[in-house]
Amino acid sequence: MTAEDPLVAVRDLTVRFPVRRGEVEAVRGVSFRIGRGQIVAIVGESGSGKSVTARSLVGLAGEGAHVAATELAFDGIDLRAVRGRGWRAVRGRRVGFVLQDALGSLDPLRRVGAEVAEPLRAHGVVPAREVDAEVVRLLGEAGIPAPEGRARQYPHQLSGGLRQRALIASALAARPDLLIADEPTTALDATVQRQVLGLLRERVGHGTAVLLISHDLGVVAEIADHVYVMKDGLFVEDGPAARVLESPSHPYTRTLVGAALGRAARPRVTPGGSPREVLRAEGLVKEFTLPGRGAFTAVEDVSVTVRAGETLGVVGESGSGKTTLGRLLMGLLDPDAGRVLLDGRPWDGLRGHARRTARRGVQMIYQHPLSSFDPRYTARQILEEPLRAAGTAGRERAVRVARVLEHVGLSPAVLDRHARELSGGQRQRLAIARALAPEPQVIVCDEPVSALDASIQAQVLDVLADVQERLGVAYVFISHDLGVIRGLSHRVVVMKDGRVVESGETRRVLDHPAHPYTRALLDAVPRFAVRGRLRSRA
Amino acid sequence: MPRSLWPWTAVLVLLAAMAAFPSLFTGADPDAADLEAVLRPPGAEHWLGTDQNGRDLYARIVYGARPSLLIGTGAVLLALVAGVAVGVAAAQLGRIADQVLSRSLDVILSVPGLLLVFLVVAVLGPGSGSAAVGLAVVSVPGFARVARAEVIRLRAAQYVEAAHGFGWSRAQVVARHVLPNAAGPFLALATVSLGAMIVASSSLSFVGLGPRPPTAEWGAMLADSREFLALAWWPGVFPGIAVTVAVLAVTLVGQHLNRRVERRLP
Repeated sequence: MTAEDPLVAVRDLTVRFPVRRGEVEAVRGVSFRIGRGQIVAIVGESGSGKSVTARSLVGLAGEGAHVAATELAFDGIDLRAVRGRGWRAVRGRRVGFVLQDALGSLDPLRRVGAEVAEPLRAHGVVPAREVDAEVVRLLGEAGIPAPEGRARQYPHQLSGGLRQRALIASALAARPDLLIADEPTTALDATVQRQVLGLLRERVGHGTAVLLISHDLGVVAEIADHVYVMKDGLFVEDGPAARVLESPSHPYTRTLVGAALGRAARPRVTPGGSPREVLRAEGLVKEFTLPGRGAFTAVEDVSVTVRAGETLGVVGESGSGKTTLGRLLMGLLDPDAGRVLLDGRPWDGLRGHARRTARRGVQMIYQHPLSSFDPRYTARQILEEPLRAAGTAGRERAVRVARVLEHVGLSPAVLDRHARELSGGQRQRLAIARALAPEPQVIVCDEPVSALDASIQAQVLDVLADVQERLGVAYVFISHDLGVIRGLSHRVVVMKDGRVVESGETRRVLDHPAHPYTRALLDAVPRFAVRGRLRSRA
Repeated sequence: MPRSLWPWTAVLVLLAAMAAFPSLFTGADPDAADLEAVLRPPGAEHWLGTDQNGRDLYARIVYGARPSLLIGTGAVLLALVAGVAVGVAAAQLGRIADQVLSRSLDVILSVPGLLLVFLVVAVLGPGSGSAAVGLAVVSVPGFARVARAEVIRLRAAQYVEAAHGFGWSRAQVVARHVLPNAAGPFLALATVSLGAMIVASSSLSFVGLGPRPPTAEWGAMLADSREFLALAWWPGVFPGIAVTVAVLAVTLVGQHLNRRVERRLP
């Protein structure tokens, strides 16, 4: 870093938000510098204040935010003095901004090309007649194949990875000196994540500095030069990425690193179950008709079996049909061909009341627990609901609620609270408890930990493993995270484009992948070593 | 509740009490004509004066609260119940039912509202009941559309899918999760409509399609006052103030309740 002339210099930044009584201090005096062409990362768990810190640099800290600092400078401009319209000279032109949610950041009614062209026109980067050519060039540079055609499409017609790349292309269009990337790869699959990181690294080669906000230490280890670790609005540790991640000195950093390594490495595979099959799918096919565009086959000829007390991991990228498979197994969707048998009885032979009763045998845990709870309900009502549906009497309900709470390690004190008043980890435990309440044989877990912070992921996975060992419930564990799958599953199926491309014992499939797609998935996982040189797996 | 709304809440309570127990507020008979005391100005004997038939205006306004408010409230309740039923049916019973119901609502919407109310009242005969039904028919499409949209939106919610997973039937899921969570928009529309319906019911009475004379009703009192406005201002001004104050109170307190509901439901 050229300490004399950093691109960004921040000293004693505080950001306060007014709340109903008094104020909340989200950022409590942080100082950092970003040199030209440097990648600086701020890591921390959700709520640590890292996004607010980054947003303060472009005057978007939030409504009512009170930003103060003894120094807040970007390339010699004192950002503390910038007001209103003055920000427009900074945003887009000098500082590009990429958010996690690409679909939410792109205007759904505008073609991708128009979105990328906007900063070019707004800031007069290239002459008007060259804008179209520049857009295609930028999209191509961002790694979008066939950019001419993509520029004419709308955001919803692009996959998540392509959208994220289009967003990065628009953020980079005006050739900013600084790119702020807030969780740019969190919503992406491993292979796409790798491409996006490559794109960021390549831009740095052209002299752009990057401020990367992430909770994913794998991503940070892969590309960052300098790392700041943030907790409760303060930097607890900072230093060169290699040093911080290999020999963290602050206990919190050690927890983060430990959680990131541990979640991939720590095995939680239970002794496994009996050979008795509880759930069996034979030749499942499910097509969806798209308005005006014919049919789309989400699941094609998929057969799986789940034995009592075991975990079947389902791996694949988004759009590979994992979630549709989960819904078919639960009997929430009817397959176009093939059948699902629960305990030897096929779903399609059941109608009306019998089918609804059978549903209790397969429960589900969702990625976002909060949206799977009725927003009006307290924890007690949430847990009682499946029991009410099963017609369990009042006294028995209370006993069962107490029992499932104990299984997931929640205190009875949470019962009278609303789910939104619970922490992320408590919510997912509550979701597990609710799934256990009807005493199912199988629980379908759809990305149950991918929305959680690393340290909480570990806790939730521990709960799942513990419950399986004690109660012998089987899991169908859907995830794009191979580390999580490896740690929990007895057997694995790998899905691509609605088909199973490989299946078998977890260790056999992940250690000796036979299918090229499985190998590509494994190669794409960002990793870092604890000892020795920091490296990214090529 | 903010301090500024206390007076309006008091007004609502007072109006409700007047509608329920008018005799508590006045000893006078609202229909007793006194040809000796025609068009007397406000004074000690008749607080708000008398009308062209010598009837006490204060008593008529007090006794007029019930029909004036009941028609609007009844119309909103009828429209709410019918609209929600139609909307839920359209959302839940498949494509054909949806098309039939939604297009029928479009037909209602395509006829000017006032004309449709006149038609209903003409068919049923003038009176409070038919006025309420007529106004309800006109407002059903609004409630039905909101209900249909909310049900379709919430059907995709994960907690609704989860509820199916517990083994509830479709009707049970709608009753337990969909309707309660859709209540916010219904309530908002209902309170907004209530003010409009009170004005509309007064208008109906004004043109003689409301409760039949001699029943005291604010709109009808306004209509009666027109001919004598050059001689006496009080028979027109006081019922007008009554309508205005009632609508303001309903709207202001309703808006506050909506905001509270919205804050509670994320």
